[in-house]
Amino acid sequence: MTMKLRHHRGVAKDIRSLLLGLLFISPWIFGFFLFLAYPVFSNFHLGMTEYSGFGEPEWIGLKNYQELFHDSLFWTSLCNTFYYVILAVPLGVVVAIVLALAMNQRVREVSTYRALLYIPSIAPTFALSMMLIWILNPRYGLFNYILGFLHIPAINWLGDTRFSKLAIVLVAQFGAGQIALIFLAALRAIPPHLYDAASLDGAGAWRKFWYITLPLLTPTILYDIIIGVGLGLQVFVPAYIMTDGGPLNSTMFTALYIYKNAFEYGRVGFAAAVSGLLFLINATVAVITFWSSRYWVNYNLE
Amino acid sequence: MSLFYISPIYWMLVTALKSDHELSQFPPTLWSHDPVWSNFEQATKTFPFLTFLGNTILYAALVMAGSVLSNFVIAYGFSRIKWPGRDILFYPVVASIFIFIQFPVNPITMVPMFALFAKVGMVNSYLPLVVPTFFGNPFFVFLLRQFMLQIPADISEAARIDGANEFQIMFRIILPLARPALVVVALFAGVGAWNDFLGPLIYLHNDKLYTLSLGLTYFKTMHGIQFNLLMAASCLVVLPVVVVFLFFHRFFIEGVTLGGGK
Repeated sequence: MTMKLRHHRGVAKDIRSLLLGLLFISPWIFGFFLFLAYPVFSNFHLGMTEYSGFGEPEWIGLKNYQELFHDSLFWTSLCNTFYYVILAVPLGVVVAIVLALAMNQRVREVSTYRALLYIPSIAPTFALSMMLIWILNPRYGLFNYILGFLHIPAINWLGDTRFSKLAIVLVAQFGAGQIALIFLAALRAIPPHLYDAASLDGAGAWRKFWYITLPLLTPTILYDIIIGVGLGLQVFVPAYIMTDGGPLNSTMFTALYIYKNAFEYGRVGFAAAVSGLLFLINATVAVITFWSSRYWVNYNLE
Repeated sequence: MSLFYISPIYWMLVTALKSDHELSQFPPTLWSHDPVWSNFEQATKTFPFLTFLGNTILYAALVMAGSVLSNFVIAYGFSRIKWPGRDILFYPVVASIFIFIQFPVNPITMVPMFALFAKVGMVNSYLPLVVPTFFGNPFFVFLLRQFMLQIPADISEAARIDGANEFQIMFRIILPLARPALVVVALFAGVGAWNDFLGPLIYLHNDKLYTLSLGLTYFKTMHGIQFNLLMAASCLVVLPVVVVFLFFHRFFIEGVTLGGGK
């Protein structure tokens, strides 16, 4: 009898704490459904309509998807986006690790260097993009001037389809300071005795990096890849400002294509269909990355 | 390497001080021989600088308020109270970060959200940009939860035994202890709003409402871009961010580490 009563009290307490917990997180529940779940599902619903932004959406079934399938510009945008992600994400990981190793040096002015590396990553992307238009100017730009010393002929970075995507990749690298700090924290968390033991075994700097540092950085690399893929698949601002998708659609990324269809061409339903596909691609890549992590991420010694 | 990274900011300042003549010299001069400070004055006359500055400050302030308030309460629920299902419900928060690190306006959700805000007549106002920040941001929830889990549970337990209710514990005891993390959220949220381009681009159609980010597009005309003036204006936009960073750099650096730690 007393046992049963106590059990009842336990359940009542659980329910009370559940309600209290839900009360505190209720803004998030509301926000999650209204600002994330609703638009994600609405993309598929709106994607089956023809809608110009005025009046009512008109139901057309899968017509947008059929059109999309035959739309060469959609495929171009998808290829451009993948090209960008495949180039920018691994490069971003390497750059961030190199920056972190540099910031880990024991020199007196390290906090100044750290600030200089970090500041561009909180400077607005739109301003950096505007700046890069000028730095990459084929005639007067600083970049070609510096390359001139290496006897590299002037390159029309933003006007040549071979280089325009590289220019956008370059902008992203200025944001590496942020993630480099996370790598730096991971570097500092590596127990020094591991390096001492390796030294005793006669390991050089490169072997120590390859067999100790790099495996212990893999959880941070996973985080960087997932965030980087999300940002890369949705890259918009540098392309909108620097090239507006050109030249010859070589920087027409999927996000820019969505924007143009929805807000410039009045093809809202079509844009929603593309957004829905972009979500599926992003979610799939994130899940695959997570799944693969069990084969290459080292969670020991955390 | 540091030099490479700071070069765009340096070049922004140098270009801002060049005359039209010096601008078109090649090889480019690495510092301005005859700095034209009036470029700044002229840049602020090219677009309604003060109006846009006021708009941007207001936008950043509202986003800061919404982010600090909502994410503190939500993260409190995810860290300081024990309730069944809490850690399971936290999974969607983490999953959201990975796809929606740009929040609330991002290319995946922008089309339906715009359609929704248009239907309720909120387009061409700051409401679509500000209201969502009062309902939590997954990244900030994660960051604050990490921080608040480190505060010993005994502190709350002692107050509960003394008869304090959950709201009293939250505001009187945990709030002061979580202040460093809340400053981080305020800074990230404020800088995020200041640097926002896509949100204002989509939702603000009346140039009285524009932010500084949209203001810079005024320098891109049919006749090309006047780079010295554009860079002068860019300096004015970037400067507050740099100043805020220099004042609070410890918070930025600790915040990044906290948000990335898992």
